[in-house]
Amino acid sequence: MTNPYDIVVIGGGNAALCAAMTAAEDGAKVLILEAAPKAYRGGNSRHTRNFRCMHSGPLGPLVESYSEEEYFADLMKVTDGKTHEGLARMAIRRSEECLPWMESHGVRFQPSLSGTLSLARTNAFFLGGGKGLVNAYYRTAAKLGIDVEYDAKVTHLDVEDGKVVYLDYTQNELSHRLAPKAVVVASGGFQADTDWLARAWGPAAKNFLIRGTPYNRGVVLADLLDQGVEQVGDPTQCHAVAIDGRAPKFDGGIVTRLDCVPFSIVVNKNAQRFYDEGEDVWPKRYAIWGRLVAAQPDQVGYVIIDAKSLELFMPSVFPPIKADTIEELAQEMGLPADGLRNTVDTFNASCGDTTDFHPTELDGVSTSGLTPPKTNWARPITQAPFYGYSLRTGVTFTYLGLKVDETAQCSMGNQPVRNLWAAGETMAGSILGQGYLAGFGMTIGTVFGRIAGKEAANYAN
Amino acid sequence: MQTDLIQEARRQAEICNACRYCEGYCSVFPSLHANRAFSDGDITQLANLCHNCRGCYYACQYTAPHEFDLNLPAALAEVRQDSWEDFAYPSAVARQFQKNGMAIAIAATLCFAALFALAKWIGQSTGTGFYSAMSHNLMVAIFAPAFLFPLASLAISLRRYWAAVGGMRVTFDHVRQALGATANMRNLAGGHGDGCNFEDEDRFTHARRLAHQLVLYGFLLCFASTSTGTVLHYVFDMPAPYGLFSLPKLLGIPGGLMMTFGAIWLFHLKLKADPELGAKAARSGEFGFIALLGFVGFSGLVLYGLGGTTLMPVLLALHLGSVLAFFLLTPYTKMAHGFYRLAALVRDAQRQED
Repeated sequence: MTNPYDIVVIGGGNAALCAAMTAAEDGAKVLILEAAPKAYRGGNSRHTRNFRCMHSGPLGPLVESYSEEEYFADLMKVTDGKTHEGLARMAIRRSEECLPWMESHGVRFQPSLSGTLSLARTNAFFLGGGKGLVNAYYRTAAKLGIDVEYDAKVTHLDVEDGKVVYLDYTQNELSHRLAPKAVVVASGGFQADTDWLARAWGPAAKNFLIRGTPYNRGVVLADLLDQGVEQVGDPTQCHAVAIDGRAPKFDGGIVTRLDCVPFSIVVNKNAQRFYDEGEDVWPKRYAIWGRLVAAQPDQVGYVIIDAKSLELFMPSVFPPIKADTIEELAQEMGLPADGLRNTVDTFNASCGDTTDFHPTELDGVSTSGLTPPKTNWARPITQAPFYGYSLRTGVTFTYLGLKVDETAQCSMGNQPVRNLWAAGETMAGSILGQGYLAGFGMTIGTVFGRIAGKEAANYAN
Repeated sequence: MQTDLIQEARRQAEICNACRYCEGYCSVFPSLHANRAFSDGDITQLANLCHNCRGCYYACQYTAPHEFDLNLPAALAEVRQDSWEDFAYPSAVARQFQKNGMAIAIAATLCFAALFALAKWIGQSTGTGFYSAMSHNLMVAIFAPAFLFPLASLAISLRRYWAAVGGMRVTFDHVRQALGATANMRNLAGGHGDGCNFEDEDRFTHARRLAHQLVLYGFLLCFASTSTGTVLHYVFDMPAPYGLFSLPKLLGIPGGLMMTFGAIWLFHLKLKADPELGAKAARSGEFGFIALLGFVGFSGLVLYGLGGTTLMPVLLALHLGSVLAFFLLTPYTKMAHGFYRLAALVRDAQRQED
């Protein structure tokens, strides 16, 4: 068994890179083991686009200010209070110092993207998106003397007497064993292992699409949990949104989102509506639609809009299905034509005065006497041509993970594992019980990645 | 125009339009994001606005092996290349030279030979300096049409381009904005000011931007040098040769040095860059053009250095031959890109005004 490295970081995304760079800057000799090939390095970070950041005044690309209290309140709203307050507040407070650190490590920001102006104050957008960030970090890591192995799949960490003794990984079908002084686990959730998802969710999960990397299979997570390392989070909880049903099984990323639900009716495969499409503005609702669609037969939904709504939302990656009549549209989408006709007619008949229609505000233009109601943006679907999209559940990440404390350290039977730290999605369940706030994943990854790197380097030195 | 190239670029642009992560890199993306659907003219405009800085490629989460297989720099380069061949007058000539460095070399050699022949048999004159090898009037007789014809050809091409992209009436302000973007090559600065990706994958450097501007400003200095020479000759009756501290030399020597070194640098960078991110078929034509440009600058410098020796008539024929080839081929080689790019920047300034 060789021991050329002080620290091995498992994973190759944002949290892993932040940990590795911090540790290397503190003098440790660091190796990154990334399970993906180089072209797919970076885990889910390559699909991200921004970093939610507290700031007391204008900071980098961010305007005005965003206080700890407001940030925390936003978090509590989306998680329904299922938030670890201490860790969440620490991540929020430390986000402010992260932004200049990110810049000094090569990340470049850009003004809020067209179509995302609502985030200009709270979220700093990476120029080129998350892959641009990942590329910059790998460049900086190379300058710091960090070694990176791609296609390096960690299969086992041997934990004995509260300490990681060695780890095994395979690369090009060869097995390797390393015994570093410390280990940082930053290898994401388990969402790409659909068998595991199906165990937690039931067989419906087989129909879910995975929005991010196919390499987050939770192998290291399962290995550690099996050995009794403390776990956190509900296995059924994941960040799931409704995305274009034609998206690829893995790695569809941002472009597969559909923003047209508020201007539509959404039906299941029996052409029945099942939820208020106009409950709130889309950025506040898209995350619940993943679960709503998952609960429908075959885990599929169908969005129906008419010509007057076509240009009210961000363009979709695949063109919508188009037909001159509702019946033809039903046929093209594999829906019962009479059923869809009835549903549309009933909906149209319950629409009232639409003169107050306003696409970007809660306009109160609602149906009356309809179940379920549509409480905003309820305009009759009458103007040909008609357009349709299929909707499926797209999983971003899972919440079952490693429980860590404020030093990002893992534990076992109420004792810390002396040389094991975790960062990023694999420990995000320590902070969030459910729900998600845009850009907070990168905050957790950056803050806890840096903490894990520092702590691991302190231990190793 | 090849519809399959346009269709592929359109497919990619539609994916980009649903993503928008690259908005800050260059002028292409704000222009792209202003559309919901892309006409052939829209795609042609985007293609000519693209400076091939490659920032979007290396930042893209959808490049191969991803099934979306995005490579926007290459898709736009293919359309751009095709549009230049299509808009050129006569376009058959552009198809000969745009993609073929050997054709450029042959054309240049023919120009050398022509100049040698002229110098030898009919160019003998009683003038001094260069004009002892070739009379001033003969030079003018050759170069005036060789300069004016390409200009007329380019004017036709740009009219075709303008019609294709739906350009409107040009104002001074549009031109000012376009020239501003050209003067500092803003679109190769990467949005963040760190430069572009070219010679070393995703590393941002200013190498290509600087090399390009060396050639651009070197060329403009050389052009100014020739122009001042013309003015001195005709207006002030001061024929060449000029001393070191004359305007033609003060402009021409740094200009020649910049053009020569810039071309060598560009050639070197292009050798290191990934050909898959450009119009692969045009590589030979691009290398041929850079070599010709560098030779124009280099032969001019050598001519200045050795103009007093017996080598002068040979060097003069080589230099003037390369200049002749350069001018004649301008509408049909990579040199045309400058004119289209400027037109695209003017069109983009109009779009931003809307």
